[in-house]
Amino acid sequence: MRVIREFKIKAKDFIHAGEGSMEIRKALKSLNLNAELVRRISICAYEAEMNVVIHGGDGTMSMALDDTGVVIEVTDNGSGIDDIDLALKEGYTTAGVEAQQMGFGAGMGLPNMVRNSDFFKIESEKDYGTYLIMCFKFNK
Amino acid sequence: MKVRDIQSAFNLEVAAGGGGLDREVVDGYCGDLLSDVMANAGRGSVWLTMQSHQNILAVAALKELAAIVLVNGNRPADDTRARADQEGIPILLSQGSSYQLAGMFFNAGIKKKEG
Repeated sequence: MRVIREFKIKAKDFIHAGEGSMEIRKALKSLNLNAELVRRISICAYEAEMNVVIHGGDGTMSMALDDTGVVIEVTDNGSGIDDIDLALKEGYTTAGVEAQQMGFGAGMGLPNMVRNSDFFKIESEKDYGTYLIMCFKFNK
Repeated sequence: MKVRDIQSAFNLEVAAGGGGLDREVVDGYCGDLLSDVMANAGRGSVWLTMQSHQNILAVAALKELAAIVLVNGNRPADDTRARADQEGIPILLSQGSSYQLAGMFFNAGIKKKEG
């Protein structure tokens, strides 16, 4: 499995947020992958990136692939998630007012990632940060 | 139907992304919550929203939307316009509400074919 993209995500940078995911989408399109797969990965990358921007400290996202599929990993050194089960519930959010006024923080980010990935795992440690991994298979 | 067809039919101002006026419109979506649009808007949709910040172009590009219509007289900032030009995704402007515009677009035949 080789890493083909890696980039930093800046906390609270709502303006440039999403640029990393767009880069990931361009890289996937240039590989001529199935359009539906590219769509699913793009949604997941965007939601993960936005979560770091909204809630994280700074973070990184990487995308790796081999013959069987694509793996996206995201880490941040933000405040961590108190209750992951609650965070996975549709509609639950801890996003601030500023983020919500811009249309972020609908409480749909994690559910969108779960729905659009073939494997999803999240680990979080209060005051240290969050790590998540999402896998996408080429042949489902 | 192309973006330019709805732009001229409803006399919408082109704020940016004029290079994408020949993009094909096959459906529409209304929404101001970005995750909702990410989850539910279909490819080739015209997106009606009041959000005017730069990040709407990330959503539109990732979901391959046809165009963005800013409703209720909202206008995009300079950096939003620059991003639209760069992505080639038109931003159209209207004084109308999402409800009014969605109705007009629907009646003009912009709706996903069933099945």
